[in-house]
Amino acid sequence: MPVTTMNGRDVHVDDEGFLTEYEEWDEDLAKVLAANIGIDLTEAHWKVVRFLREDYATQGETATTRRVQMAGGVSVKDQFALFPKKPGKKMAYVAGLPKPHGCV
Amino acid sequence: MTSDTVLAQPIVPSFDDEAETTRKLAIICSKGNLDMAYPGLVLANAALGEGVETHLFFTFWGFDMITKSRMNDLKFTPAGNTAMHMPFHDMRVPQALAPLPGMQAMATKMMRQQIADLGVPDVPEFLDQIVAAGGHLWACRMSADMMHLDLADLYEGVEAIINASDFVEKTQGAQLLFI
Repeated sequence: MPVTTMNGRDVHVDDEGFLTEYEEWDEDLAKVLAANIGIDLTEAHWKVVRFLREDYATQGETATTRRVQMAGGVSVKDQFALFPKKPGKKMAYVAGLPKPHGCV
Repeated sequence: MTSDTVLAQPIVPSFDDEAETTRKLAIICSKGNLDMAYPGLVLANAALGEGVETHLFFTFWGFDMITKSRMNDLKFTPAGNTAMHMPFHDMRVPQALAPLPGMQAMATKMMRQQIADLGVPDVPEFLDQIVAAGGHLWACRMSADMMHLDLADLYEGVEAIINASDFVEKTQGAQLLFI
């Protein structure tokens, strides 16, 4: 598993760059991850990212866009506006989680 | 861990934002059974989530998926479907029993429950999600004429009733699926 240096410390990532260790993520790192893919985090982004972190902790898998709408209260439309084109994967990346596995 | 490879530059996932801007997917939905409504919806939703411009064209029986009076009530029948198993023990429904009264209602109810258990929405709500994600819905002109329906009878996310040539034109260069 590759190790990379971000925000002055080592983090474990998979071959695509998604974090593999839940505990290695913090909000400062999220800012770096977001900047890596051209996103400047606003309060609306944070609402999604914090939901994803909490949901993963209880569900053991990354929420899909549908779950972010139904359980996280952020509409699919807003998710596309905040994390353009590929919201499911981009949200997961910034939240330091694996890509969602669900189909819907 | 000694096997870890330490990288000087962080790996950033390639979301290929630019490459995907030219990719298009067109899905023709021609079936109105509950089970056959889902493949097109699931694929459309997935494609939109990957940044692919997606168009759905509803024609013939597929019109039921977008007709307000019918879209909430699509059915599933085991009749003629030899691959239909009960959700336990690989048990099959004998084809001679499949057309019996009550079988379709029972099978439909079971399938709806299984779909809901997966957190997958019913058809109208799935269409809401596809439209919210930027998907385009088109209704077939010939089907509308045959069934004496106009735009007011259709799900509000349908952009227009268009003919086959319009659809071919709109989906120039698209990958195409007929379901």
